[in-house]
Amino acid sequence: MRFGAAVIVLLVLAALASGIAVVYARQMHRQMFIQLNGLERERDDLNIEFGRLQLEQATYAENNRVEQIATGKLGMATPNGKDVVVVRP
Amino acid sequence: MMSSNTQKSSHPQRLQQPAQPPRKRIIHAVSLRTRLLWVGGFMGVAALALVARAVDLQFVNQDFYQAQGDQRFLREVPIATTRGMITDRNGEPLAISTPVESIWADPSELTEHPDVYPKLANALGVPLADLKDNLEKHAGKEFMYLRRHMDPDSAEAVVALGIPGIHSQREYKRYYPLGEVMSHVIGYTNVDDHGQEGVELAFDEWLTGKPGAKKVIRDLHGHFVENVDLVSPAIPGRDLALSIDRRLQYLTYRELSEAVRKNNASAGTAVIMDVRTGEILSMVNLPSYNPNARTDNRPSAHRNRAATDVTEPGSVMKVFTIASALESGIVTPDSKFDTNPGSMELSGHVIHDTHNHGLLTTTGILTKSSNVGAAKLSLQMTSAQMYDVFHRFGFGQPTGSGFPGESGGVLPNGRAWSQIQKATIAYGYGVSVTAMQLARGYAAVGNGGRLVTPTFVKGGESPSRAVLDPHIASQLMAMLETVVTPEGTAPQAAVLGYRVGGKTGTARYASGGGYSKIYDSLFIGLVPATNPRLVMVIMIHDPKGSVYYGGLVAAPVFGKVMDGALRLLDVPPDNVQQWYADAANTPAVPAGTPKPMEGDLPPGVDAPPPATPVAPLPTVTDPADAKVGAPAR
Repeated sequence: MRFGAAVIVLLVLAALASGIAVVYARQMHRQMFIQLNGLERERDDLNIEFGRLQLEQATYAENNRVEQIATGKLGMATPNGKDVVVVRP
Repeated sequence: MMSSNTQKSSHPQRLQQPAQPPRKRIIHAVSLRTRLLWVGGFMGVAALALVARAVDLQFVNQDFYQAQGDQRFLREVPIATTRGMITDRNGEPLAISTPVESIWADPSELTEHPDVYPKLANALGVPLADLKDNLEKHAGKEFMYLRRHMDPDSAEAVVALGIPGIHSQREYKRYYPLGEVMSHVIGYTNVDDHGQEGVELAFDEWLTGKPGAKKVIRDLHGHFVENVDLVSPAIPGRDLALSIDRRLQYLTYRELSEAVRKNNASAGTAVIMDVRTGEILSMVNLPSYNPNARTDNRPSAHRNRAATDVTEPGSVMKVFTIASALESGIVTPDSKFDTNPGSMELSGHVIHDTHNHGLLTTTGILTKSSNVGAAKLSLQMTSAQMYDVFHRFGFGQPTGSGFPGESGGVLPNGRAWSQIQKATIAYGYGVSVTAMQLARGYAAVGNGGRLVTPTFVKGGESPSRAVLDPHIASQLMAMLETVVTPEGTAPQAAVLGYRVGGKTGTARYASGGGYSKIYDSLFIGLVPATNPRLVMVIMIHDPKGSVYYGGLVAAPVFGKVMDGALRLLDVPPDNVQQWYADAANTPAVPAGTPKPMEGDLPPGVDAPPPATPVAPLPTVTDPADAKVGAPAR
């Protein structure tokens, strides 16, 4: 009789604890999910920034632009055949 | 009716018996108990009903009500994903997805506030009338785009107005840094980020990511209150490295545009392919279009002519005629043909040469590009022999590059060729080919007779197959080299320091059942001729300048592009002695200065010892070259 009552109390307590644990886990899950979302957004933003920088670099490194700066501003030229010495190892 | 009658009839009886208290008490007692019973019973039934309802809600119809409830506040929203980047073979970006915002509205909600329209139209940057029309059209719907692909900052400003029913959604827009230089190969995507043309279409599945989904809780106004769960993560699209070299592409574009402009031509095509792997290193078509702002919708500018357009190639096919003649063993490179008087009659048609070339060798037919010679060659072969070689070199069938809309050209079945058809096919009429097929065919000649499959993907080579005896292939290479000499038709294709093999073509353009006065000028070259690395096809359509011969219109493009391309790709020169000879003949070298270059040499790079200037080079075979090389130093 007493043993039975003790079992019931124990079970009730266990059920309570399990219920609270479920609530806690759920709460944790949501918090982690929010954190995940935040990090993903951060990752996306960084990716976007990376894409923009790549575009910028591609624009600056555009052959036409490089060529114009090289020949116009820096006075560079492709060497003529007479200016090139062929060396073999 | 009956019960009410009895009540009425009993009522006066009670009134007539007022002096009977015990009875009245009994009636009271009974009525109290029955009342209690009634009330208790009623409450019990009500409670039961509640329980039954609860059971109904919680167990029987739970799914339905849960779903209905969720529908009101839980939403599954898509997570946008990026399309993979397209790069050139060195990792330089050719197509990048950048994020943009698309503004959408719930018209049923928005139409309740017509007073905000002007403010909204202003923020969106669309005319007010258009906005009203658009809203009217979508009245009663729950979703419509107000404006797609806005830059994120302006979109934020629209959402910040706080107008009910206005939302923004992230999307991605394609950006092509090289613009019209690269447009035909890459193609473009539509507003929904799906490939429409070119590589974007061919590799759509590879590039497209898989959008994810997440569950969110939404409040009354449609704002997302909380992220609840991830249904499926977004998988970003994979990157794609093309075989294209951006530097070569640019160089090709520049030189081809220049040639098209100078010759007042209506279109041009150029392809550079790696001879050994079949990788397309550059592919340019003119006229071009800007894939970032496709305002003009001329379909002619959107076509990748190199892959989709077929044309009668003219003289460039003579290489394959000679290949089949050599293969059938009826001629050697030195067999003689009399092309006097520069024309010949065959089945009522007259075949012309540009000049009377007199007695020509097989090599000479190629050097001088003699139609009469090619026709005479063909008459010594069966059409099956010629068809077999043409077919083996890939004519009449798509190259297998996987480019969308690629054409296979036309090669009539060899069994049905008439005498005159055989002769005209021998010099490139009556067959239709694409620039890519020509590049592939010539690459096989330069690749020891092994045919490769063109590919647009870096490292995407597939096994080659032998289509011609390597010995014949090297004989053909030697013949092709004679074309790029002052005696040949394309001296302007020469590249300093390299031996070049190539062939010109000038084809009259067939239209309306006959041949018009419109020409196609072609040149196909292989370089370096001793061990070809690159093949380049140049086709210039309808040059309206003073000249239209392939050797004068197309060949110079080859020389200019290859001069840069070979340097960029670090291809070692195979004709150093010519390099020195050229330097010696240039008056700019100060005469009498014994060693003009020495001071300019970096300390680490030693000048070759004076006694043996270029002797260690394996390509030097003529002892006289050492003498030629000396003045340059």
